[in-house]
Amino acid sequence: MQFPILSAILITPLLGALLILVIPREDVRTIRRVGVAFAVISFVLATILWIRVEQLGAGALQLVERYPWIADFDIWYHVGVDGLSTPLIWLTALLMTLALFYSAHVIEDRVKEYYFLFLLLETGLIGVFLALDLVLFYVFWEIGLVPMFLIIGIWGGKRRDYAAIKFFLYTLAGSVFALLAIIAIYFNTGTFDIVELARLQPFAQDVLWANLASWGLWLAFAIKIPVFPLHTWLPDAHTEAPTAGSVMLAGVLLKLGAYGMLRIGLPLFPQMFRYYVLDVPILPVLALFSIVYGALVCLAQWDFKRLIAYSSVAHMGYFTLGLCAAAARSAETQMAAISALDGAAWQLFSHGIITGGMFFLVGMLYERTHTRDLRAFGGLSGQMPVYYGLTLVFALASLGLPGLAGFWSELFVFRGTAQLLPLAAYIGVLGMVFTAAYILWKVIQYVFLGTFDAIRWGTLTDLAWWEKVAVVPLLVLTIVLGLYPAPLLATFDSAITALLHVLP
Amino acid sequence: MSGNLAWLIPLCPLLAFAVILLAAQRHTRLSHWLAIGGIGVAFIFAQLIFWTAVFGALDISSLRAFPWLINGGAIAALGLWLDPPALVMLFMVPLVCLMIFIYSTGYMSGDSHYGRFFAYISLFAAAMLGLILFDNLLAFFVCWELMGLCSYLLIGFWCERPTAAAAGLKAFLVTKVGDLFFFLGLVILYAVTGSLAYRDLFTPEILAQLAQPGYLGLPVTPALVIALLLFGGTVGKSAQFPLHIWLPDAMAGPTPVSALIHAATMVSAGVFLLVRMFPLLAVAGLPSSVIAYIGTFTALLGALVALGQNDIKRVLAFSTMSQLGYMVAALGLGAYAAAFFHLFTHAFFKALLFLGAGSVIHGMEHGYHHSSSETKFDPNDLLAMGGLRHTMPRTFATFLVGGLSLAGFPLVTAGFWSKDEILAQAYGRDPIVFWALAAAALLTAIYTARQISLVFLGTPRSESAAHSRESNRAMTLPLLILAGFAIVLGWVGIPEHFPVLGGVIPNLFEEFVGAPVFTPIELPVVPDSLQAWQPLATGVGACLLGLALGWVIYGWCPLVAGASDRIAVGMRRAYLGWLYRAMQERFYFDWLYQHTIVWGAVALAGLSARFDDAVPDGVVRRVAMVVRALSALAADFDEKVVDAFVNFWAVLARWVARSLNWLDLRLVDPVMNFAGWLGQLGPWATGSVEPEVPDARTGPIARLLIRLGGTLSALQTGEVQDYLGLAFFAAIALTIAFLL
Repeated sequence: MQFPILSAILITPLLGALLILVIPREDVRTIRRVGVAFAVISFVLATILWIRVEQLGAGALQLVERYPWIADFDIWYHVGVDGLSTPLIWLTALLMTLALFYSAHVIEDRVKEYYFLFLLLETGLIGVFLALDLVLFYVFWEIGLVPMFLIIGIWGGKRRDYAAIKFFLYTLAGSVFALLAIIAIYFNTGTFDIVELARLQPFAQDVLWANLASWGLWLAFAIKIPVFPLHTWLPDAHTEAPTAGSVMLAGVLLKLGAYGMLRIGLPLFPQMFRYYVLDVPILPVLALFSIVYGALVCLAQWDFKRLIAYSSVAHMGYFTLGLCAAAARSAETQMAAISALDGAAWQLFSHGIITGGMFFLVGMLYERTHTRDLRAFGGLSGQMPVYYGLTLVFALASLGLPGLAGFWSELFVFRGTAQLLPLAAYIGVLGMVFTAAYILWKVIQYVFLGTFDAIRWGTLTDLAWWEKVAVVPLLVLTIVLGLYPAPLLATFDSAITALLHVLP
Repeated sequence: MSGNLAWLIPLCPLLAFAVILLAAQRHTRLSHWLAIGGIGVAFIFAQLIFWTAVFGALDISSLRAFPWLINGGAIAALGLWLDPPALVMLFMVPLVCLMIFIYSTGYMSGDSHYGRFFAYISLFAAAMLGLILFDNLLAFFVCWELMGLCSYLLIGFWCERPTAAAAGLKAFLVTKVGDLFFFLGLVILYAVTGSLAYRDLFTPEILAQLAQPGYLGLPVTPALVIALLLFGGTVGKSAQFPLHIWLPDAMAGPTPVSALIHAATMVSAGVFLLVRMFPLLAVAGLPSSVIAYIGTFTALLGALVALGQNDIKRVLAFSTMSQLGYMVAALGLGAYAAAFFHLFTHAFFKALLFLGAGSVIHGMEHGYHHSSSETKFDPNDLLAMGGLRHTMPRTFATFLVGGLSLAGFPLVTAGFWSKDEILAQAYGRDPIVFWALAAAALLTAIYTARQISLVFLGTPRSESAAHSRESNRAMTLPLLILAGFAIVLGWVGIPEHFPVLGGVIPNLFEEFVGAPVFTPIELPVVPDSLQAWQPLATGVGACLLGLALGWVIYGWCPLVAGASDRIAVGMRRAYLGWLYRAMQERFYFDWLYQHTIVWGAVALAGLSARFDDAVPDGVVRRVAMVVRALSALAADFDEKVVDAFVNFWAVLARWVARSLNWLDLRLVDPVMNFAGWLGQLGPWATGSVEPEVPDARTGPIARLLIRLGGTLSALQTGEVQDYLGLAFFAAIALTIAFLL
């Protein structure tokens, strides 16, 4: 039997979390070291995993492990990865490593619980990307929820209680519907196997139940992505969460919903998707709303972190738009659908590194100034040149500047959309101008340019070495992927091609 | 020679950018040597490739390409496309860049971000060269946007000045609107054809497919939609009406930037885009008139506004806008080679003019520092200059060459040949365009003569002008070289039909560039007007008349200090004061956009944010409120009804129990005791042993239970993490068991 690398990746953060439990709480140094070490081990394993998947072929599910779990209900411990989930697992491990490394220099309060919860969170997140059994998926989905609730609620900002409870209830509300949908699907098909279900197409004949089940799933996923108008938990949660929490929220948690849409929502209910894209175009309208309206709301923000939080709503709108375009495909437009989903998948990864980096940077400024009010700054580019340079790159990537990672998703999503939902493409590009406006006007101009308040900010220091270590890897990725997208694009592309190929 | 060497051309400045930014930002000399080295090597290779190509020795059969994008398994490569337009640009761009880089060492010396400046312009050069060389429209767009970024960064280079920061933002956002159209055109083209490589696009089959009506079921061809959208990109980048408003503000950047980006290269990239996409424009048909009219209108508008400006750089900025309008108009008319020729010559003489203006500004600033009289000082103000020909002779001579070339002074200047070509082409095709362009040429000559007179002729009108000094060698040398090009370059494009000179030197430019090599379709028929003498006479007449007018107004009897502008005075006398004000205020476009689009967007944004708080989030909050109210109600119900019910039962039960207890004590017990007593009588009566009391010792199971209880109570420390620890060790054990 080959080495069960997927189980190893899944269990490593959990082991780290358990190890941290037995370390005395006073020994903060050891706790931090163990926490970071286990994150690094997961990252190394994730890297090995990616290499293995590339060797085996990213177009099919690889390294599958399947053991009976609750045999009476045909529930399996069934995990496997392809070119879609592998990069997301790697992203999770990378962001977690950087987040915990950064936190080691910042978090002083309840360090033990902090590291325990983050590592527990990592297991939950990776589990979602690995799971090929609906129940397993659901279990991991819920596992990720609790640590994040506690992270926001304990280490968060001033309104942390409100934000944490809102986050929890919102997501829980979604998951309840998902659970009901999963149970309904099981009673219809007799299996929880995601791969098998895509083939079986649950409720193919029963319109009412197909509606109920697909909307149940979509609701859970749409809340997580988030899609307008289910997004209002996000600004509060992202703003109140501690820096590392915001990084994980924006970097990975939002991707769970998107991944669910790609792995479960679209393959199980392609007809329903098609119906709500073409015949009753609710989904594209919501996607466009997320993009344009999200960008407009950003333009009106004065809180730096809240602005970046809202920008996630707009950016994830590109994902949803790509998904809608793919759902509208026909046999002749397969290529455009692949393109749209390539762009959507790319958005998951690039948004993770870009917004992750952005939240790090916002946090670093907040640590120094204890304010997030954009009007309080100005002219910081001279005082903090390295900070300026780094923020500029992430900001430009965020506005989709070609040559940086964010652009490719826009290109491919709109290339697909231009063919499949032309009208949506014409409207959607509007978001790009507003995005440029809030990034350059609100962020760059208000924080870095203009007159410098030497009395107030004259003592600000530029980034310390460990802050650079936390951000520079993401920066390098942003630039390298921006200039040379072929390798990652190939990985996504083969998985997406395979995914669309099996759909009816 | 292998064309693959061209890969090095954009790579060298890119490398210089990276090295300066990461390592050499604080070393002034090192940073400018790196930048000049990068562009220098690029320049050498560019010249090598250009001349080998001219002599037909360039090997483009085995150009390398790299996999860049993968989509549905299909690989899109990034390669080189060395066609004649690219080669012409390759001759021009590195040369102009190199001159401006050298000039910058003088102009920027002493700046606190000297290294950063050279890093940015190196990145710009790399992007511009990439735009020229790469073989697909996507790479073109990537480089195009990177240039926009450099433009943004360099306009706002002195970012501690709020006007500079605002100008950078304005430039980026306005061009971004244009880029939006470009992007849409690009993705639609990608979607329709499945490729963005020029070699795939410009094939007869694909062009025929693009020319099929029925895009989105409408009676239009995809080519038309795409061409118009791509033209939107040109409108933004090349500062065409109605997106021209950013270019004058862009002058807030350092002058070498204005010369490089906002005169010679980036703004002409918009025109180059049309040159590149010319086959598409040709099959699109209709947009040509739209393009021609927008270009013509811009040419006229720019020239008119330039006349009302008193800032030396703003005059040139509007002039650039106007000249770009010429090129766009020519392209719209299908005069492909003429437009491109004007792009080529304009780059040299406009760069020259900007650098000359920079030299003047430098000289004025020097004079300001050596005179102590004035307090308020604007080194760009034309009305404060005068008489600089004495103090800055080299700048004067070269500026004169540039100015005459811009005005199109006959025969000896490059600008004459290219502008004449455009006028000749326009003459036979569209009389409106022709006469409008001729009027613009007249205005061009007037504002040029005005500018030269105000700056260099007469006597100094300020202390600063009197104390000005010629710039150093690093700045004047590039001026001289560019002035040389502003004269001789015209001679490579002398039309064959030109009186006397025609045919003496063959029209090298048109022969080389010719029609776009890959056009499989018929170009618009070249009209006979090329032989006509009228356009030539009109052009020459407009130029000479304009120069003479300008000189009569400003040069003959120069202004004295404190006098107001004669055009302003004259126009006011002719009851045209409103027009002059409009010219000065750039016809109020900025004001209009500010009060409609910008304010509208900001208001919409504020409205959206409020809506977001009120409706999507408001609903959620309301739901939470309702749930809370319901739960309070439920709690009440629970207390008052459910609990009361339970309590009732409890009371009842207690009462019953008490009664039973009473019964028990008073009735049952005595009876039972009596019975027991009776029972004991039995054995006693029969004489057997005493009744046995049950054994008090505990059994083995009970013992175990007691011990476990003790252990558990020891574990019961009250510490949460100990419980969690236990739970997770149990979980591990379970997991291991599960995995086994």
